[in-house]
Amino acid sequence: MSTELWLGGALVAAFVLYALFGGADFGGGVWDLLASGPRKAEQRALIAKALGPVWEVNHVWLIIGIVILFSAFPRAFAALSVALHVPLTLLLLGIVFRGTAFTFRTYDARGDAVQRRWGLVFSVASVLSPALLGMCVGAVVSGDIRVQGLVVVSGFFSAWLSPFALAVGALALCLFAFLAAVYLIAETREPGLQEDFRKRALGAGVAVFLAALGVLVLAREGAPRVWEGLTGSPFALVLHAATAVAAVLAFGLLLARRFWLARVAAAAQVGLIVVGWAASQYPYLVVPDLTLQGAAASVATQRALLVALAVGAALIIPSLLFLLRVFQSAPNVPISPRPPGEGRGEGI
Amino acid sequence: MDLLYARAQMGLSLAFHIVFAAAGIALPLLMVLSDLKARRTGDADYALLSRKLAKGTAILFAVGAVSGTVLSFELGLLWPAFMGTYGEVIGLPFALEGTAFFTEAVFLGIYLYGRERIPAGLHLFSGVMVALSGAASAFFVTLVNVFMNDPSGFTLTAGGPVNVDPVAAMFSPGWRHQTAHTLLACYQASAFAMAGIHAFVLLRHPGAAFHRKALSIALPLACLSALVQPLVGHQSAEHVARAQPLKLAAAEGLFQTQRGAGLSVGGLPDVETGTMRYAVEIPKGLSIMAFMDPDAEVKGLDAFPRDEWPPVAKVHVAFQVMVGTGGAMALLAVVTLFLRWRREAWPEDRRVLWGWLLCGPLGVVAMEAGWLVTEWGRQPWIIRGVMRTGEAVTPVQHLAAPFWTFTLVYVFLGAMVVFLMVRQVAGTLPGHEPPVGEVAHEH
Repeated sequence: MSTELWLGGALVAAFVLYALFGGADFGGGVWDLLASGPRKAEQRALIAKALGPVWEVNHVWLIIGIVILFSAFPRAFAALSVALHVPLTLLLLGIVFRGTAFTFRTYDARGDAVQRRWGLVFSVASVLSPALLGMCVGAVVSGDIRVQGLVVVSGFFSAWLSPFALAVGALALCLFAFLAAVYLIAETREPGLQEDFRKRALGAGVAVFLAALGVLVLAREGAPRVWEGLTGSPFALVLHAATAVAAVLAFGLLLARRFWLARVAAAAQVGLIVVGWAASQYPYLVVPDLTLQGAAASVATQRALLVALAVGAALIIPSLLFLLRVFQSAPNVPISPRPPGEGRGEGI
Repeated sequence: MDLLYARAQMGLSLAFHIVFAAAGIALPLLMVLSDLKARRTGDADYALLSRKLAKGTAILFAVGAVSGTVLSFELGLLWPAFMGTYGEVIGLPFALEGTAFFTEAVFLGIYLYGRERIPAGLHLFSGVMVALSGAASAFFVTLVNVFMNDPSGFTLTAGGPVNVDPVAAMFSPGWRHQTAHTLLACYQASAFAMAGIHAFVLLRHPGAAFHRKALSIALPLACLSALVQPLVGHQSAEHVARAQPLKLAAAEGLFQTQRGAGLSVGGLPDVETGTMRYAVEIPKGLSIMAFMDPDAEVKGLDAFPRDEWPPVAKVHVAFQVMVGTGGAMALLAVVTLFLRWRREAWPEDRRVLWGWLLCGPLGVVAMEAGWLVTEWGRQPWIIRGVMRTGEAVTPVQHLAAPFWTFTLVYVFLGAMVVFLMVRQVAGTLPGHEPPVGEVAHEH
């Protein structure tokens, strides 16, 4: 396997992990915004408790992805950051407000009004950011970003504002909300809360299905090359069949109240969707002008990067697993209905 | 005009990020030091201090993390040609920095939330890992700046860089001085700020034991870094004198190439007339400082084409600010250490505390000024001698909009952070301490 393919694989892996962790993190914010019913405060407290130790880590996957992109495929990074300047800037604002609002809410426990204000900033940014992220992905696959040499010639708006890109944005939002709801069920043992998030997961699952259908319908016009990839190659068909199986399975397991297995199935579904996206646009990084090979850095750089990534993975993966193990092992801890910062006690 | 906005936005983002990045590097060290002291002495105040510092780290690290995310995007959003062409040459340290940053985030999560859940030894180990990986990420990212100042590791052709050697590029000339200088600046800025805060409280509440102990944690690091930094800075200047003579000429405001060049202290260089105004000149000082030889020839600005000059006045003033504040801090460190030696305790008289209060912000000032020297001093190049900043800027227009947006965001975030930090300190003032039983649950 060539070094480009390895690095392309690393890029896809970073995006899969970002979707699984960062995506669920965004989704948590969506449910914070949509918290309702008699257990509104408990829902928010559960979300904050689940996110607290890991939100920063969850978002580092995006930085890893960006770093791989600009050091291994610099020409693609340059083209994308020109063509998607506007949505990426808006996404950045979303990320800044989301992260700081979450931290400020945690440490600025002056009273309910202030906490609610930070909570609102956090949750609104959590809705906008994944939608913008999805729109950027939609623009990349659509083939509407055109590059000649190093120069972007397709303007700064049309690619990410096409109906297809908007549909991908909606899909990303629904998908992350679905994932978060499924994750959150297994974070608590309180039956009422479990039921709240189970209902939300089922609703979001239906929304995912509808959004995916919309993307598919619009892809024919909006992303012809991906449409061919989706329907043409046998490999892609197998991948999409697996995605569909995972989706149906996740839904069935939710109905059957097998929450841990549902979590695995939902994660598989989301991961397969990201891999499916990557497979359907292969060998292009930016459809249709930049391929993996065409945008790649020199071989010496690619080798050095692979070594650096391997060393990094050897360091990060065990410690990350440890972090997750320490904080996933305690779903019994009672959840305080007080907003975060109170109920979490020690060490905060 | 758009170039100016792009530079302003990048500069603002970096100036903002640097403060939080420095805190993310140094506070974990101070946090681990007080944790260690708490274990050794069994003193609850040090344990509380360690918790307070952990909270401070959490807030500052969060802001540093998001502003760092912004920067990694801005490299492309503002300078796509730089990253598109040279991303492959200098991507390696960025990748390593990402790895180190990731490690820091993971262990910070463990340290912050694991105090009661994991064994004490493992908890302390996590703290050490936070401090080490924070330092590593600063080391790697500074290497990128070293490359921009003095690029190597590739052959320049009309079609871009060839024969790329990413490891050589990562260790471009001068990397030892610049990384040491930067890391020390991070520790110095944070330790001085911390010392300043606790000196302030002690001036108003002279008996506050918690703050005396906090000061005793901050002062050793502050004094050590303040004394070592001038030596490292001097070596760095010697390197710049040889490798980047134009930057030195601008920093010193030296217009004419000359032997036995004098050192201008203060003053305002006038580019129109090519003269230095209002400066005190130390005869032959510059030749001695840069080359250890009173008659050495120092290149002036006149040795270089006019269109390659950096903004001379800005570089000179920033350099003077850095050296001046650095000198003041070193002086205070000497006085403090002398008194510590004489009395065998960290000094607590009001004059010394006033000194620390006044010097508290100087570490950050010196760090920002030093960063401005290296950035302004490299202009008009983004990569010295290879690519001009104007060639690297994005073709996207109306950059005023993101500039003003991010300016407002940063002003707001900065104010918020200050507010939260003040509250953290306020909770420890005499009369505001939480009852002993609630220490574990305080905010």
